[in-house]
Amino acid sequence: MSAQGAAHIKAICKAAGNDPARLMDIAIAVQKQLGAVSDTAIDLIATHLKIPRVDVDSLVTFYAFFSKTPKGRVIIRLCNDVVDQMNGAAEVAAALETELGIRFGETSPDGAISLEYAPCIGLSDQAPAALINDVPVTHLDSGKARHLAQLLKREGTQARLVKTFGDGNNAHDLIRSMVVNNIRETGPVILAPYTSGSGLKKALALSPAEVIRDIKTSRLRGRGGAGFPTGMKWDFTRQAGGDQRFIICNADEGEPGTFKDRVLMTECPDLIFEGMTIAGYAVGAAEGIFYLRAEYAYLEKFLTAILTQRRKAGQLGQTICGKAGFHFDIRLQMGAGAYVCGEETALISSCEGRRGDPKNRPPFPAQKGYKGCPTSVNNAETLCCVARILECGPGWFAAMGTKGSAGTKLLSISGDCARPGVYEVPFGVKVSDLLKKVGADHTAAIQVGGPSGRMIGPKEFNRIICYDDLSTGGSFILFNKGRNVVDIARQFMDFFVEESCGYCTPCRVGNVLLRNKLVEILAGHGALEDLAYLEELGRTTKLASRCGLGQTSPNPVLSTLENFRPAYEALFKKSRGHEPVLANFDLQAALSQGSILAGRASSIFTPVNGSQP
Amino acid sequence: MAAKPKVATASLAGCFGCHMSILDIDERILDLIELIDFDKSPIDDLKEFTGRCAIGLIEGGCCNEENVRNLIEFRKHCDLLISVGECAICGGIPALRNTLPLQECFDEAYKHGPTVYNPSGQYPNDPDLPLILNKVYPCHEVVKIDYHLQGCPPSADTIWAALTALLTGKPVQLPYELIKYD
Ligand SMILES: Cc1cc2nc3c(=O)[nH]c(=O)nc-3n(C[C@H](O)[C@H](O)[C@H](O)COP(=O)(O)O)c2cc1C
Ligand code: SF4
Ligand code: SF4
Repeated sequence: MSAQGAAHIKAICKAAGNDPARLMDIAIAVQKQLGAVSDTAIDLIATHLKIPRVDVDSLVTFYAFFSKTPKGRVIIRLCNDVVDQMNGAAEVAAALETELGIRFGETSPDGAISLEYAPCIGLSDQAPAALINDVPVTHLDSGKARHLAQLLKREGTQARLVKTFGDGNNAHDLIRSMVVNNIRETGPVILAPYTSGSGLKKALALSPAEVIRDIKTSRLRGRGGAGFPTGMKWDFTRQAGGDQRFIICNADEGEPGTFKDRVLMTECPDLIFEGMTIAGYAVGAAEGIFYLRAEYAYLEKFLTAILTQRRKAGQLGQTICGKAGFHFDIRLQMGAGAYVCGEETALISSCEGRRGDPKNRPPFPAQKGYKGCPTSVNNAETLCCVARILECGPGWFAAMGTKGSAGTKLLSISGDCARPGVYEVPFGVKVSDLLKKVGADHTAAIQVGGPSGRMIGPKEFNRIICYDDLSTGGSFILFNKGRNVVDIARQFMDFFVEESCGYCTPCRVGNVLLRNKLVEILAGHGALEDLAYLEELGRTTKLASRCGLGQTSPNPVLSTLENFRPAYEALFKKSRGHEPVLANFDLQAALSQGSILAGRASSIFTPVNGSQP
Repeated sequence: MAAKPKVATASLAGCFGCHMSILDIDERILDLIELIDFDKSPIDDLKEFTGRCAIGLIEGGCCNEENVRNLIEFRKHCDLLISVGECAICGGIPALRNTLPLQECFDEAYKHGPTVYNPSGQYPNDPDLPLILNKVYPCHEVVKIDYHLQGCPPSADTIWAALTALLTGKPVQLPYELIKYD
């Protein structure tokens, strides 16, 4: 490494106070500055931070956005999730490869451009989409992809890529993105006008215990997926011992098909930060962390500016809004491309400057979270609701929705429909009514809650969206008749195989076995007994996995088996009269190399019509 | 007296260690032959099945076509088929070659290995030699297997406990000591 490179690293470490807890920021800065976090860089960082080398190495090798070897100055990350595939990601990929003369996973010989795939980048409503370094490009097709590749080859930078901007704040000077909000339906709670500071002022007129009481009265439950009552979580956090407590806003939004937090951050950042500040007041925290996924880095400057603005307005910092003794500030923590970091304990690990490994629970974050202190992790949408509840009163909020599910929910709609985008609907909406709203007339299957959720068929379309019936983080991916649900499940399993942190065997191995069996079945080598195998393996993986990822990852398989069994059965070839050999054992294929080496065909098994024994 | 149920055994791609372990039930073999007759098995050297068997014990996975044929025969003739030992269940030591293309294995074994003398450079290729499979397969990837008895080899006590339970229609209960391997 050049002396200059070493000097950069030293400066980056120093700017982060040589604090090991800031290792994420350091690695992100080094990757950006030097194009890689090489082994030498790792040595230097470890020396400056006075930590074991392996701590740095394991962090760098964990996250998708870090690399030890240099990548191109421009990295194209094409999203290859299910919705993008349905919208022609393959043609886009082919056009990029042809035009750039490199394949996915490669870097051009001049070091200018790298081509990669990314799982969901939060733009399923405008798929196919890609990230060019930080810059999202949407609604791609092969023509646009060729054009894009030519421009990048010519200019060597993404700087002049975006010519027209999306609606609302997407056109803001600090964002300037072609992303559109696709807000299809606003509601009374979240996508409604809000005067910055109104909820906060009302909160500060109450005691922290009263704020928690109000949140409990409002019956607000977490919007991140698990639906835990927010007031109760805050109460636990407040009552846990110690003198330091933390608030974390989970804006990792990694679940494929989910993009509502993207819209919230673009249009309602004040509401989120206000909710965080109120949460800080309620639980007695002085510091909040806003964890933003790397895929949304294009929003970083904008969000940072909003934070600065709030500090100037006295809504963050010392003696907030004149309230003696209430000091609270928010730090933005960038992620680096790891789905599992949306899981709250993994997210905390990441904030602490470590690999995104989930932790054992209990202790729960409310007891022992960030740096071992009581911590409340809340989804961005949950925090928006908080600010509005304080502004308009818990009764107002509790009156909306259903008995067990108060308020409204943001839904991320994508896939086969006329109007994909974000909808704010009161809890209690029937799935079939939702389908009408979004212009989906031929829906045969819906993936509810992203890959970790469930695939439902028409017999469940009369279910109601709420915590007591069809509970969801808000993602609905719609599939028309003619889509291959088994292949969709296979794609979701590819995602989990890639994103498992690898800590525990049931998840690390179980997901691979599930995926491989689906591949076999899709190739026509399946047999009826495979279905029982999938069910048992899926159940075991869920039961024995350590964190929410492995506890939900078999769901695509299990729910399609439950609701779309005929789709599997249709893939089984009729027995070729070679009982009792299993359908997925292809003897002729297994003998292929052996008979070449021996220069003769099998004398035991003569091929029947070129097929099995 | 009703005919005794029959038990057949085979060693496919295994080391015969599992069969040694069957014999390791010592004098209990006298109790065993009160309960059963051996059918096709290296133990009595019967080469062909004489009839329907209650249980087939398989040692070793499938590394060649002969193993596959044998396994198919066992599946056809046995009510219950049991994979006995690591090799039958996972491929075991023979499956170490699964990470290499077959040609590389042949070259190492018959041409380049340090102890090989083979001036003609030919691979053994008598028509009587079964063709080698691209990789070694565990038995349950070839035919349906009803039970797996883990171990390398499973101890005589494990085999005994499993066999007697199955033959007397009781649930198979393997205490912790029998399925603990360190
Ligand atoms: C694998 C995995 C990924 C998750 N991703 C997210 C996410 O992106 N955003 C989120 O808010 N919650 C996510 N969660 C749920 C969080 O662990 C946590 O429950 C949530 O942030 C709590 O906030 P809430 O109570 O406001 O919903 C994820 C959970 C798992 C197991
Ligand atoms: S379940 Fe998966 S993601 Fe969670 S700890 Fe285990 S290996 Fe890691
Ligand atoms: S399991 Fe062990 S004892 Fe049995 S055949 Fe294989 S190597 Fe030999």
